[in-house]
Amino acid sequence: MKVPLNVKNKMFQKPAKDSDKEFKIGRVNQVKLLSFPYIIWMVGFIIIPLLMILYYGLTDRDNNLTFKNIALISDPINRKALLLALELSLISTIICLLLAYPLAMVLRKNHKTSNSFIVLIIILPMWMNFLLRTIAWQNILEKTGIINSILQFFHLPTLNIINTSAAIILGMVYNFLPFMVLPIYNVLVKVDKDVINAARDLGANGRQTFLKIILPLSIPGVVSGITMVFVPSLTTFVISTILGGSKIVLIGNVIEQQFRLGNWNTGSGLSLVLMVFILFSMAILSKYDKESEGSNLW
Amino acid sequence: MTDNKLINLENISKSYGDNIVLDELNLYIRENEFLTLLGPSGCGKTTTLRIIGGFETPDQGRVIFEGKDITNLPPNERQLNTVFQKYALFNHMTISENIAFGLKIKKKSKEYIKDKIKYALKLVNLEGYENRMPDSLSGGQQQRIAIARAIVNEPKVLLLDEPLGALDLKLRQDMQYELIRLKNELGITFIYVTHDQEEALTMSDTIVVMNQGYIQQIGTPEDIYNEPKNAFVADFIGDSNIIASTMVEDRLVNILGTNFPCVDTGFGRNQPVDVVIRPEDIDLVKPEDGIIQGRVTSLIFKGVHYEMDVMANGHEWLVHSTDLFPVGSEVGLYVDPFDIQIMNKPTSEDEEAVEIEE
Repeated sequence: MKVPLNVKNKMFQKPAKDSDKEFKIGRVNQVKLLSFPYIIWMVGFIIIPLLMILYYGLTDRDNNLTFKNIALISDPINRKALLLALELSLISTIICLLLAYPLAMVLRKNHKTSNSFIVLIIILPMWMNFLLRTIAWQNILEKTGIINSILQFFHLPTLNIINTSAAIILGMVYNFLPFMVLPIYNVLVKVDKDVINAARDLGANGRQTFLKIILPLSIPGVVSGITMVFVPSLTTFVISTILGGSKIVLIGNVIEQQFRLGNWNTGSGLSLVLMVFILFSMAILSKYDKESEGSNLW
Repeated sequence: MTDNKLINLENISKSYGDNIVLDELNLYIRENEFLTLLGPSGCGKTTTLRIIGGFETPDQGRVIFEGKDITNLPPNERQLNTVFQKYALFNHMTISENIAFGLKIKKKSKEYIKDKIKYALKLVNLEGYENRMPDSLSGGQQQRIAIARAIVNEPKVLLLDEPLGALDLKLRQDMQYELIRLKNELGITFIYVTHDQEEALTMSDTIVVMNQGYIQQIGTPEDIYNEPKNAFVADFIGDSNIIASTMVEDRLVNILGTNFPCVDTGFGRNQPVDVVIRPEDIDLVKPEDGIIQGRVTSLIFKGVHYEMDVMANGHEWLVHSTDLFPVGSEVGLYVDPFDIQIMNKPTSEDEEAVEIEE
């Protein structure tokens, strides 16, 4: 805690009155001081764990440097789990985008008072525990669950959704949809109505206005929405465990199992591979996202 | 300016909920005219412009453009273009892409578009800005790009919604002359919305003064300034002395107990009227030469002239004069008969001055 004290002393030595410049320096220090609690948090709970994963991933049980853990991704089971996770999270992201964009467009057009209500409804599920929501879906989709009970009551054929990829996609879309809606909605409401009027005024019809003005202006929100849905979908193990049963194994489940079995080195190695995929996809996305709309969070 | 009526607004009404913005408005705009809709905020001037532009639909009434009813035509099918108050440039496009937008939609050839961009940038004195982004330009430059973007489409009418509102005073004055020059070079109709009376007087062929959804007066800048029809117009356009008076007979009005000769007729005998006298139309003379006598109560130097308050016949008269009369001096007030403007008493709230001096 030596550093913040030094900063503090400097501030007292130079009263703010002295001159504008010194006042500004004082302010800068003050702002820096305010960020210290977070910096300590970040170092303790983000940077150090990341370095530990990097260390475990690149060493074996006897602390010798090795790439064996990373190479384990080419193991057929692991590779299949990674490819399936990529596939399912990609499908979920596309479904979220297709659901969220039209909704955000409707919200943009509507009057503001009704909007806060609709936004509330979108966020409402997030007030409930994530696990609880997913378990609820398990109950709904089960062989003897709510949907099938209703279908049986009417003597209709029952559905077998639980423990399939479809159930996992459903769980991902349900849980992560708000993260797609909100950033898109946020950029769309910021588009000045007169900018759209100007496009219409210059001869663009509704379709042209959307493709040439609204869509390009909303890209930052779309990019941030994609990031905020794709990344947690790719790494999830809770949704796939609850809704996929033991049949469907995603890379998140593999990593979780490795840690449970005490294979920290293998788990870390696979995590590093997954991280490369995430960083790679974010690098592609950031090309389209000049003014990032919160995607830096991830 | 020709006598051809290019746009005709017939019985236009528009309200938002309980708020009536326009009530049975009738107005025509001639070809090649610089027409200004002038009024305080909420008078309905912007709504009128947006109805002409197609961004609002009137609840009642018709918009006729070159003899055709365009009331329900969407903006992209109207032969007019708009310059918006806050520029409304497309920030994700370069300057040339912004200007080319309308032409690309109309599928003009690349060569044609290139020539037009060059021509438009030259017209607004921003040559060489083709590849800049809008947010790297100053407010005045952005507004000129917005004008360039509109005029490359060769509209018959250019609608301007308080285009200089966001600019500082000096720039605003420069842009006023630019707009007059543009109007003359392009030879098209301008419909201009502003709340700035000086802007309106400087640029317009015709001024339409509006208040509370009603047209108060339509006329040339000279008409509007010299012969305001009611207290609202007199008060809104420049400084004025508005005094409740009595029309004794034709060519004689009793103002605050003294008879003043004037030139107006047809108001009847002993009828209550409002009188407008512009502060620069009051001559300060020796007490014995004045129609009435008073004492200077305040004096402010305004640059071009002195602004004085003179207490006479129990009323504070606002006087502009290049001659200095110190506070406390006894003066005579003289007004030429043709500088006295007689108006009927307001018959509704919208015709009243914002602050009427009784």
